[in-house]
Amino acid sequence: MKGFWSLWGWPLAIAVLSGVGLVGGLVGDGGWDWLAWVGLGVPCAAGLWFGWRGRRDAAR
Amino acid sequence: MTPRSLRAWSWLHKWSSLVSTLFLLVLCLTGLPLIFHHQIGQWLGTEVVSPPVRADAPRVTLDQVMAAAKARFPSKVGLYVSQEPDDDTIWYVTMGDSPTSSTGLKQVAVDARTGRPLAEPKIDAGVMAVIHTLHVDLFAGGKGKLFLGFMGLLMLLAIVSGVVLYAPFMRKRRFGEVRRDRSPRLKWLDLHNLLGIVTLTWALVVGATGVINTWADLVIEHWRDDQVAELLGRHRGLPPLTHPGSLEKAFANARAREPAMKIAFIAFPGTAWGSERHYGVFMRGRTALTERLVQPVLVDALTGEVTASRRPPWYMQVLLLSQPLHFGDYGGVPLQWLWAALDVLTIVVLVSGLQLWLGKRGPVRKVLASDLRSAAR
Repeated sequence: MKGFWSLWGWPLAIAVLSGVGLVGGLVGDGGWDWLAWVGLGVPCAAGLWFGWRGRRDAAR
Repeated sequence: MTPRSLRAWSWLHKWSSLVSTLFLLVLCLTGLPLIFHHQIGQWLGTEVVSPPVRADAPRVTLDQVMAAAKARFPSKVGLYVSQEPDDDTIWYVTMGDSPTSSTGLKQVAVDARTGRPLAEPKIDAGVMAVIHTLHVDLFAGGKGKLFLGFMGLLMLLAIVSGVVLYAPFMRKRRFGEVRRDRSPRLKWLDLHNLLGIVTLTWALVVGATGVINTWADLVIEHWRDDQVAELLGRHRGLPPLTHPGSLEKAFANARAREPAMKIAFIAFPGTAWGSERHYGVFMRGRTALTERLVQPVLVDALTGEVTASRRPPWYMQVLLLSQPLHFGDYGGVPLQWLWAALDVLTIVVLVSGLQLWLGKRGPVRKVLASDLRSAAR
């Protein structure tokens, strides 16, 4: 099981969070919009962070 | 995973993506400006703005609004009258040569307080219209829509097979690891895996809702046959009304039936959203969710009496909710930017995938093969 979580832990967390954000934003305004921004902000941030960080390390 | 099933999934991933990649790139690139079409319209000056009048200024009747529009295009008939959700000072009247016209449409924006025409928004001209048509049907009409829908289905296949392949490729890697120091191919592979997996849910939802939207015409047609035809009753089979009765009366009665809702649009008799004998008055709720789930109130176009007001059937609800989930227009400006960012990340996934396929030769192929062999064990 350890192998499963180290492989799928983050992808699953991000996938669930994005789903909650996508649907949450539809339900209402205010707090629900924040849910959408956070839920979809995390996959964006993860993509940019890991994509960008590697670039910096390689340049060193 | 056995080597056999690994090969099968690789084959599926390769071909479902290869066939659709170019079209998906077009969709991603044209979709990017469409996310911001409101802002771009304001910036280009094509967005209509109503002059300031006292907030409680009385409104003219819809019959006066229609008369103003008709004066601009005497030879055309009304198709739709609509209002933006956040601005009740402007009516948009869409006109055409006949209720079923889909080309040669004209629009007149009429001030709801003065009844004066404000502008004639171009609905099928300009850069944004070209981008929109490319995105919706590649200038190939209904067939183009279905074709792009098929490309969307291939995209969903590519995403699912890509997730299956994520496991063997990433088994020995940490999440987010991008090997930039070894070879360009490994860098592209790691980026492809990383960005593919983080955009997974968003791409699945936007892809699937896009596919559903390509079926919109068919779904609406089915709704008309299924629900509206039933309400036609004894009028069934009669020719469409050419001179419908008072629009204002129909609107007032629909509002009286659904007092808690506000107007989204009214479809004239004979159009896709109306019936041969009814105005289709589509009311929206006031919460984020019910604002999308417009409720059709069918009003007899001759007498102005409400015939029925029903919640839309499930397939219409699916269609109506798949629109915001595709457009990303339900969470303010921040959500628009997130939509744009995820769209760009998806472009990187597409380009890196193409790159991986194009650069298949060379020593890195061995690295990949060994990757796969160890994964298969």
